[in-house]
Amino acid sequence: MELEKFSYDNKIVKQFAYATIIWGLIGMTVGLLAALQLVFPVLNFNTSFTTFGRIRPLHTNAVIFAFVGNGIFMGVYYSLQRLCKARMFNDTLSKIHFWGWQLIILSAVLTLPLGLTTGKEYAELEWPIDIAITLIWVVFGWNMFGTIIKRRERHLYVAIWFYIATFVTVAVLHIVNSFELPVSMFKSYSWYAGVQDALVQWWYGHNAVAFFLTTPYLGLMYYFIPKAANRPVYSYRLSIIHFWALIFLYIWAGPHHLLYTSLPDWAQSLGVVFSIMLIAPSWGGMINGLLTLRGAWDKVREDVVLKFLVVAVTAYGMATFEGPMLSLKNVNAIAHFTDWIVAHVHVGALGWNGFLTFGILYWLIPKMFRTELYSKKLANWHFWLGTLGILFYAIPLYWAGFMQSLMWKEFTEEGLLKYPNFLETVVQIMPMYMARSIGGVLYLTGVIIMTYNIFKTVKKGDFLANEEAEAAPLMKTYEAHGKEHWHRVIERRPIQLMILSLVVILIGGVIEMVPTFLIQSNVPTIASVKPYTPLELQGRDIYVREGCYTCHSQMIRPFRSETARYGEYSKAGEFVYDHPFQWGSKRTGPDLHRIGGKYPDSWHFNHMLDPTTMSPGSIMPSYTWLFDNDLDTGSTPAKIRAMITLGVPYEKGFDQVANDSLMNQSDRIAANLKKDGIETLSTKEIVALIAYLQRMGTDIKGENKK
Amino acid sequence: MSALYVLIGISLLVAIGFLCAFLWAMRKGQYEDDYTPSVRMLFEDELTDNTQTNKK
Repeated sequence: MELEKFSYDNKIVKQFAYATIIWGLIGMTVGLLAALQLVFPVLNFNTSFTTFGRIRPLHTNAVIFAFVGNGIFMGVYYSLQRLCKARMFNDTLSKIHFWGWQLIILSAVLTLPLGLTTGKEYAELEWPIDIAITLIWVVFGWNMFGTIIKRRERHLYVAIWFYIATFVTVAVLHIVNSFELPVSMFKSYSWYAGVQDALVQWWYGHNAVAFFLTTPYLGLMYYFIPKAANRPVYSYRLSIIHFWALIFLYIWAGPHHLLYTSLPDWAQSLGVVFSIMLIAPSWGGMINGLLTLRGAWDKVREDVVLKFLVVAVTAYGMATFEGPMLSLKNVNAIAHFTDWIVAHVHVGALGWNGFLTFGILYWLIPKMFRTELYSKKLANWHFWLGTLGILFYAIPLYWAGFMQSLMWKEFTEEGLLKYPNFLETVVQIMPMYMARSIGGVLYLTGVIIMTYNIFKTVKKGDFLANEEAEAAPLMKTYEAHGKEHWHRVIERRPIQLMILSLVVILIGGVIEMVPTFLIQSNVPTIASVKPYTPLELQGRDIYVREGCYTCHSQMIRPFRSETARYGEYSKAGEFVYDHPFQWGSKRTGPDLHRIGGKYPDSWHFNHMLDPTTMSPGSIMPSYTWLFDNDLDTGSTPAKIRAMITLGVPYEKGFDQVANDSLMNQSDRIAANLKKDGIETLSTKEIVALIAYLQRMGTDIKGENKK
Repeated sequence: MSALYVLIGISLLVAIGFLCAFLWAMRKGQYEDDYTPSVRMLFEDELTDNTQTNKK
């Protein structure tokens, strides 16, 4: 067999590496800003673009899809070529993938601060961007599978399996969760409503953690740790077993994000069972990564790359131990809605994803630039600053989460809430928020040092854009006679063909039938629950736009401590008109599901203008622009029509008269405010928001009053 | 709660897809040797030397 000469494309790897660093710096800086806003509300700068509710989605999207996303592609494009002994399938596809992904990120950076959001966590980008993501993801898959098909190494190394699972599952998750009905160019409503939307969203959310932050990085771990340590992985057999176990278990664990909510109990239990089982394959991976260094721990002392990789895998082990524990209902009852969860995800994000990325960068850049790292000392500084940063970040937040949750649940001997004022529990954890910000500063400082170090390394290095290699081609299993149609290959495999067509048909059927099923099941189960009035609907869209869900939940769990504080617990039937659901996942402020009718309109007016006038010491930002902006009533008919399409029972032709109803209601609220001595035009956005806030949770309030 | 059944259906589809991939891997003999690949991936850079230059 004759050796074939070819070359590896290093340029695309370099581009993704630079993008990883740049977006990492930006995403983490925005995260630090968000952290500081919780301590110093003045840092919201009193503009809509820079307020926490819009900054927080920008941070999460930037670090997940921009920093980690580019990190994945950097590692995949480097390792896949070498594992397949083949250049990437097509250089043009690589370029489209790279620039397309950067454009998507750029559009996120522009749209999220503008308040263009679907209001679904980690899937906030609006529908045109969702479509772009799908297309670019297909380009990535095309390029990857093309490379795999033309590989010169028959065996698919375990890392490649992780990349394949990532591609397939992320595609399915993204498409299913992004079912939405466009109302205008930058506004859409989730196809699902209420409980169903919540379930789909957290099925997506959990699997995004699984298949975007975990499986691709495990693949990278299986390539870069053996490479950096120059020794084979501890047990290749274990890597195969834990891969298959992991991907089979992960897709069922999503409901653990919805424990004690209105989701059916059996679904909650199913999620818990699979989450507990997940500990086995997760730790299989961690053990395999760490034991790869057996007998070589002396190298870890010397080699800064290995230091980063070891801490990364350790953080993975901690986070995947904690995850199943948090899925236990009794632990979840304490941890959910608190900063404990924020600490948990940051052990994963800063430790596992961050440190693995840094380790790979420190290994990859000198290799591609054919030089030594500019400064090992600076890299060590980065390592220690980063490690301390993680500790300073996580420990205070664990403390804060635990303490605040216990305060929420504490009763006096008379059986009354010990801390009935939510704000009291927030003030208690302010020092921890400050400490967490210091952790963030340390971590970010490390990344800045790394950027300088890599910049200097690049400057002194000599980049090899196309690395030459040679390998024997794969033996063909059959002899083709001349050029034949590509379909012949599939035709020779009847069973595979059948399965493939079955899958294709099922996908088609699912796409066709799902919307019908879902609309039928949106018929209200509680008679007193009525659709939102046009003004309330507009107000709800403002609630979504401002990202209120990043700090306020709309889900009162059936605990005595919650019903005593907020009111009757939330029922599934109350959310049937909520496109999207807004249950939230974190209570930096109190739950709002029963806020309706709790305070007069004037309270909300003053509170939104300056929260500290109504609640001294509040860290909620001011929303002054709501008092200046006129409500966009031009969109009302289209929004009502969209809701009718989604199965909301407005009367036929209601879209034409919706604005009359809207004016009526806003005039009433303006008149109501006037009684309390507040002069405002009824056309302002704040009036719509007040209408929504006063409506929330009132549908069944009367029935349950004792 | 039809979304539940939809999600279970789709998750099952994904799982079946993975199962097919697993069976394919087994039948193709991907896992007959569960040691050598871990060593082989370490040796791929024999050609890499610093005399290579950037040529088109």
